[in-house]
Amino acid sequence: MPVITYREALNQALDEEMARDESVFLIGEEVGEYNGAYKVSKGLLDKYGPKRVIDTPITELGFTGIGVGAAMVGLRPVVEWMTHNFALLALDQVVNNAAKMRYMSGGQFKLPIVFRGPNGPAEYLASQHSQALQTYWTHVPGLKVVAPATPYDAKGLLKSAIRDDNPVVVLEGELMYAWKGEVPEGEYLVPIGKADVKREGTDVTVVTYSKPLKVVQEAAELCAQEGIQVEIVDLRTLRPLDEETVYRSVRKTNRAVVVDESWPMVSVGSHVAWLISRNCFDVLDAQVELVASEDIPMPYNHTLELAAQPSVTKVVAAVKKVLYLGE
Amino acid sequence: MAERIPMIALSPTMEEGKILSWKVKPGDQVKSGMVLCEVETDKATMEYESPREGTLLKLIRQEGESVKVGEPIAWIGKPGEQVPDEPSPSRTAGLADTGQKGEMVESTRPAERGALAEGAVLAERGKGTTTSEASRRIEEGRGAATAGAGETGRKAPEGSSSAEEKSTFPLASMLSSPYGGSVKSSPLARKLSSELGIDIRRIPGSGPGGRVIKRDVLRFREAAGKMELQPETAFPIASAAAASSEQPPVDREIPVSGMRTTIAKRLSESFFTAPHYFLRVAVQMDALMDARSRYNAESPQKLSLNAFFIKLAAEALRRHPQINSTWKGTSIQIHGSIDIGLAVALPDGLITPVVRNCGGKGIREIDQELTALIEKAKKGGLKPEEYTNATFTISNLGAYGIEEFTAIINPPGSAILALGEIRKEPIATEADEIVIRRILRMTLSCDHRTIDGAVGAVFLRDLKGMMEDPFRIIL
Amino acid sequence: MAKELNKNLLKKMLYDMMLIRHFEEKAGQMYGLKKIGGFCHLYNGEEAVAVGSVAAIDLKKDYILTGYRDHGHALACGMDPKGIMAELFGKITGCSRGKGGSMHLFDAEKHFLGGNGIVGAQIPIATGVAFAQKYRNDGGVTLCFFGDGAIHQGAFHESLNMAKIWNLPIVYICENNQWGMGTNFRKVSSVDDFSLLGTAYGIPGKQINGMDVIEVYQEVSKAVDQARESGLPSLLEARTYRYKGHSMSDPAKYRTREEVEEYRKQDPILILKDKLMQEGIVTEKEYEKYDSQIQAIVDEAVEFAEKSEEPALHTMYEDILVD
Repeated sequence: MPVITYREALNQALDEEMARDESVFLIGEEVGEYNGAYKVSKGLLDKYGPKRVIDTPITELGFTGIGVGAAMVGLRPVVEWMTHNFALLALDQVVNNAAKMRYMSGGQFKLPIVFRGPNGPAEYLASQHSQALQTYWTHVPGLKVVAPATPYDAKGLLKSAIRDDNPVVVLEGELMYAWKGEVPEGEYLVPIGKADVKREGTDVTVVTYSKPLKVVQEAAELCAQEGIQVEIVDLRTLRPLDEETVYRSVRKTNRAVVVDESWPMVSVGSHVAWLISRNCFDVLDAQVELVASEDIPMPYNHTLELAAQPSVTKVVAAVKKVLYLGE
Repeated sequence: MAERIPMIALSPTMEEGKILSWKVKPGDQVKSGMVLCEVETDKATMEYESPREGTLLKLIRQEGESVKVGEPIAWIGKPGEQVPDEPSPSRTAGLADTGQKGEMVESTRPAERGALAEGAVLAERGKGTTTSEASRRIEEGRGAATAGAGETGRKAPEGSSSAEEKSTFPLASMLSSPYGGSVKSSPLARKLSSELGIDIRRIPGSGPGGRVIKRDVLRFREAAGKMELQPETAFPIASAAAASSEQPPVDREIPVSGMRTTIAKRLSESFFTAPHYFLRVAVQMDALMDARSRYNAESPQKLSLNAFFIKLAAEALRRHPQINSTWKGTSIQIHGSIDIGLAVALPDGLITPVVRNCGGKGIREIDQELTALIEKAKKGGLKPEEYTNATFTISNLGAYGIEEFTAIINPPGSAILALGEIRKEPIATEADEIVIRRILRMTLSCDHRTIDGAVGAVFLRDLKGMMEDPFRIIL
Repeated sequence: MAKELNKNLLKKMLYDMMLIRHFEEKAGQMYGLKKIGGFCHLYNGEEAVAVGSVAAIDLKKDYILTGYRDHGHALACGMDPKGIMAELFGKITGCSRGKGGSMHLFDAEKHFLGGNGIVGAQIPIATGVAFAQKYRNDGGVTLCFFGDGAIHQGAFHESLNMAKIWNLPIVYICENNQWGMGTNFRKVSSVDDFSLLGTAYGIPGKQINGMDVIEVYQEVSKAVDQARESGLPSLLEARTYRYKGHSMSDPAKYRTREEVEEYRKQDPILILKDKLMQEGIVTEKEYEKYDSQIQAIVDEAVEFAEKSEEPALHTMYEDILVD
């Protein structure tokens, strides 16, 4: 099977869906001539022309709203945000319009629109550019939110997102674009709303998604050397959440650690931890642990920024904690 | 088509308003938006604008009157149009609030209108159509919302089901022990202990802050099997609870250990399939006891009485091989090796370590083996080959002060010897003298399928003889 | 290049304005009777803007979007007064199944895309609709209405810029009713003439009399033709006036009754009625007939809303996502 980067996988998804459906277009800052700020849209302008690959002024609210309007009358826009940090300027259009139009109109409209771009901390970018903002989107009924962690999932989920008749926010990662993985040739989709068990184990369930998957996989290797079998559940979709896969795993292991790179307060991670506590209450042998980023704006200094995020050490410690080891 | 103009809420919280002054009089042309009157609300003086164009036909309420929201204040229509006489305000309140047209009530006599109005009021209330009422109903109907959601297969919002969690959760009984205080435990530990019928308050916790976790329950379950044999000491809390006047005595269930399951199965099978009969004799133990004392006095290794019994029984079995046998249904197996088991009480049951081939071993050797086996048994370390397939078994409850008892045959053996306490008794000698002797009463249980009464009797007579006069062993 | 003003069109515009006026008066009354709750922004006084504009477009291929003062536009687009009143009552028979309310009237079939409660949020959306029209090259035009309060939002300026970059077929119509809630537009605007605000983006602007439905019709027609034929966006400022408070909870104490009376003298319905009577197009009798017809329609709408069912509780979980 070919091994390609996460970036290439997204590019393939865009390319295939634009070829498949005339109503799909890509709009955003630097998506055309520049080939994408992170080169995700490389080659698409040449292939599909300026009608369908549209460079915008730096007006996130405006071009996001244009996407919403175009979707209301049947086009399938893919709105690229250079990063989710800048998407805060477009929050009104996503939260008040994309997510609500169908509801407020009593079901009269479909909003087949994708909002995508890198989310989460990168390196040396300080507070405004290193934020994991998934909670903002996941909080809102009327949106779907996906967070692929592998090239395979990235391609399959983006294709599903483009074909979905609902607004879908896609969380990518600046540091993930260069990650490599096996992606089959030919058409496939990854369904929205399905978690994936990335590693089977018997002793403790670690629930995670997006970039921290790698950290968790490393931690699981270390644990295995000590005889601890970690099961990794990759949520992949944050809304709608595949709760059953999480519960099935926790019922097996009786222990859960949730790893989420956003801030700990009212996060996807804290919500999942609450769901497990509530719905697996009788099978838990320990409190559910949450490994999140520190509750601080991201510092510029590299040592500090690394210390602020979930790490292998933190995950291993949490796993041991729920196993009552090493106290 | 004349329209009755109702008082409306001129501030969001206005319930009624006082007409301070009319700005129009009957016969005036009014336009939509024109001020009809000034109304004093709960907040301020407001202008009431005409909702429509037309001729003011009639003023229903006069300056200075307070009018509830919904009650009519005037009629507007075409010039010369007839409007009905108004019933008294209190009887029209409900009718007014949909602003029905005059024609609807024109033909109705005042008395009937009153009734109609009340009916309308009730109908209105029943429908609950005002927004505030609707929202209140949604508040009240939250439970119904959940149920309704269920009907359509959709999920109720998470976290909204507080009612179900408020149900009769026996919090007090879960958390308060008879000694007061509370128990920290993991949910899984609580579920497990509940399934196993173990009162979680009795389980010592090894988690953070003494939290009872899964492993504690499992350890406790193992221990619970052992404790069964010593109820007085095993359940101090339970007996204390039973003694407490505040706490009525309660039944409790003790989990069955694997060992107990085996005991129950094997002994039931033995007792209900093997036809037992019992032979009792009293044995004078003085000679054997004296001999043992002499040997023990001259040797660092103290020989146990049980080693003597095994050795003597082995010799008797050698002489009566029919006893050393197993019923096989279509045949009887006479064992070549004499393998004698000794029932040993353990905290969680009993076990019979087996000394193999006793016929070829001396007392000292038997004693050494027996000591080692018992040691192992108490640690739970006996291997299956060390406690199974005894061809004959001895059970000795002398240490508990039991005079005599009958035992259940331990398969695959065909007989078991039950030994009571050795105690001094007055005995009448052949010479009719009363002497004091040390007497052991023993009972042999035999499987009648393999051992007939006479065979068992001869065996027991010979064994008794050897016990009373160990020298016979060499005869 | 004024469009031909045939009699039927003139009569229809009079009728539509009267319908809106009656409907709004009734809505206000029902609000006062607490049948309608929350925010309810009435359109009394501004009828000529919606009616004149809608008369200038073809709703088979054109679209309309507006803000939260949307009853007038919805009616002008031909939406059923029953469905609108039921929506205001929050009933299941409402055009948005009782989930939208006053500010969120929609009719996908009639190309009325709302109804938006966030000041100015409809401007980028309308621009997107025009983008789609151009993308498909279907000859459609979008009318985007907003108030004098919305014109200073970034959304407006971002949209005009992109509309011009991409030459989108859209007409931006600022309904300047002169009061952004309780704030006079002059107090919060760098210019009194909003038509100037398009010039920074190379978009032609024009002030028009929003109390004169014929002028509105003619000017919007020109702008629509320009958008349709040459893909040029334009900006119209329709000077108008709202007779009522900003919303039902606003007693409008910030302006004098004299000011309101002054505008009532230029009432759009009155102006057109007088004109049509002078020209013999409409008789007093016809006018009265319209009036009683409309009154019956509005009363029917109330009765319909009144008798309609509350939405079943399970419906609150519906229409969130396409399954």
